[in-house]
Amino acid sequence: MILTAICIVGGTGVLCATLLYFISKKFEVAENPLLAEVQEALPAANCGGCGYPGCSAFASACVNAASLDGLLCPVGGADVMGKVAAILGMAAEKVEPRVAVVRCNGHCDARPRTNLYDGTRNCRIASQLYGGETGCAFGCLGHGDCEAACSFGAIAVNPSTGLPEVDDDKCTACGACVKACPKNLIELRRRGPKSRRIYVSCMNRDKGGPARKACANACIGCGKCAKECAFEAISLSNNLAFIDSLKCRLCRKCVAVCPTGAIIELNFPPRKEATETKES
Amino acid sequence: MQKTFRIGGIHPPANKWSAGKPIVKADIPAQAIVPLAQHIGAPAQPVVKKGDKLKAGALIAKAGGFVSANIHAPVSGSVLKIDEALDASGYKRPAIFIDTEGDEWDEGIDLSPEIRRDCSLAPQEIIAAINRAGIAGMGGATFPTHVKLTPPPGHTAEIVIINAVECEPFLTSDHALMLAHGEEMLIGTSLLMRALGVGKAAIGIESNKPDAIALLTRMAAAFEGISVVPLKVRYPQGGEKQLIDAIVRRQVKSGALPISAGAVVQNAGTAFAVYEAVQKNKPLVERIVTVTGRGVSAPANYLARIGTPLRQLMEASGLTANPGKIISGGPMMGKAVASADIPVTKGCSGILVLSPDESRRKPMRNCIRCAKCVDACPMGLNPTLLMNAAEFAAWDTAETNYAADCIECGSCNYVCPSNRPLLDHIRIAKGKVMEIARSRKS
Repeated sequence: MILTAICIVGGTGVLCATLLYFISKKFEVAENPLLAEVQEALPAANCGGCGYPGCSAFASACVNAASLDGLLCPVGGADVMGKVAAILGMAAEKVEPRVAVVRCNGHCDARPRTNLYDGTRNCRIASQLYGGETGCAFGCLGHGDCEAACSFGAIAVNPSTGLPEVDDDKCTACGACVKACPKNLIELRRRGPKSRRIYVSCMNRDKGGPARKACANACIGCGKCAKECAFEAISLSNNLAFIDSLKCRLCRKCVAVCPTGAIIELNFPPRKEATETKES
Repeated sequence: MQKTFRIGGIHPPANKWSAGKPIVKADIPAQAIVPLAQHIGAPAQPVVKKGDKLKAGALIAKAGGFVSANIHAPVSGSVLKIDEALDASGYKRPAIFIDTEGDEWDEGIDLSPEIRRDCSLAPQEIIAAINRAGIAGMGGATFPTHVKLTPPPGHTAEIVIINAVECEPFLTSDHALMLAHGEEMLIGTSLLMRALGVGKAAIGIESNKPDAIALLTRMAAAFEGISVVPLKVRYPQGGEKQLIDAIVRRQVKSGALPISAGAVVQNAGTAFAVYEAVQKNKPLVERIVTVTGRGVSAPANYLARIGTPLRQLMEASGLTANPGKIISGGPMMGKAVASADIPVTKGCSGILVLSPDESRRKPMRNCIRCAKCVDACPMGLNPTLLMNAAEFAAWDTAETNYAADCIECGSCNYVCPSNRPLLDHIRIAKGKVMEIARSRKS
């Protein structure tokens, strides 16, 4: 009795297995063996920073592309792209490592509150309703859409300043926060040697007077930094200065002349009179 | 049984404290701030410059396109500057600042209280007069009126519907207008009928305004084709599509214009403005504004010039020492403002001042799947699904579930027992879906 059962069930099993084996052979989809290799080399973060929906889509884009120009995994950077290039036998584009910077320095002491927001804690919703809790309609709202968008835990709103801060070591420059910020405050900039960088930490395009009134750290568009810069790295438009990170030589002169302290230097050693003169 | 719309709807407490109060002429402001974008569409282009002397009613900004509206000086005086000013949008936008000197009006404007009943103008001339006067929908949406009176090819209007529903709690500006200027409003209605070449008009009034219904029914007997339709009290009956459904029993298809149902809906205030523009040659420079709420001691209806700061009207109504929240418009669809110094605009039907304890939102809790929002939605949408779609950026789900059809009435927020900010998220989804649809078209 039990033997019959084993025979029937076992027989059906063997029959189905054989059938499935031939069917799978018959309908097999030929896959480029390089695809699996490229996918292996990618970080598997699926952050979408490359512009493709996930790492496997990026891998197939790499495999099918004629050259790797314009294809970049910002998370892996030059390392990973080098590996991908080696697998595919192509040359990788040279990449400059980048990092996200938040261009607002309107912390609670610098930017007095003019009203109180009691709505949903979401930057996109708040920005649709009005300019924000302070007099500056361009500054950070502080509800942390960037923090929610980051898959690497590299950006977080500091509760004491109300502003997001970027962790240089964790940031992969995938650009998710750039897209999430409704005020367009986050910019991907050249990381610079030893992560040293100088940038204008303000996006206020109001005229000098109203900008200064709204925030003590606002860029008032006076143009002193642009005059001071010897490398033509600083441009001025709409009452706002912008430092081109590719032209900037990190001399820090603009930081010294800025009357409002809107220009920020990061990861530099403490200033000494001696180094100042040597650099100039 | 009284008529009403068929899907969803809620019944919030009316709180119409300023009902039956007469219209008080508000003081002319010492400085009028006149925003250039008071209507939907392109902002107007200024035609005056700093230092120009103006009389009230003079053109100060020309319409910036077909879907746009002229703007006129609400006060007489000189132009101080053209600069950016905070308005109800919550952002600084260009505005004309006028320092008031005296109260002189431009020539040709008839300011007498005498009612002019006869009109021999052709439809095109009526529309041109409305266009000149810069009239935009005065219920709050501020869609330029002359555009609505020019149906796109392939559509014909069959009926003019006058929206005197005023379903928003607290607000009484249309109610006050009907009691004080009922006949002028009816003349305005007949002008609108003439402009569109239709023989029928219905005035929808909710039955919580029996005095206005009685008065207008009596007066309407003298006007051919105009009938007054009492409606069951239900929010959002003043929504264009809801009102069409309530009065002519036709539903506007998803994505279609209300004209596809053969109806042109105009607000009661707009009908009055049309009368003044066509019969009195008076441009839209003042409107009736209800000031109400627990934050003021004496709720009232004011006839205020455009550009009057909200603060002045609130102080005239006895602003309490510590108001909580100031809302431009009604409690359901109005918008909290960031400053009391923003000006009255063409679409500002009321100022609601809440006390501090009314102002706070209650903490949000999890969705309990009760589907009250689904029952309340007057457009037959699924608000909780749309909110989730917006939260997880699932724009395709939002689109296939008709996020773009949301009329932002806030009924879902109102009924949610978990205090979920459904509308905040749906508004994001709506914007995104419309943006995607536009980019697909181009």
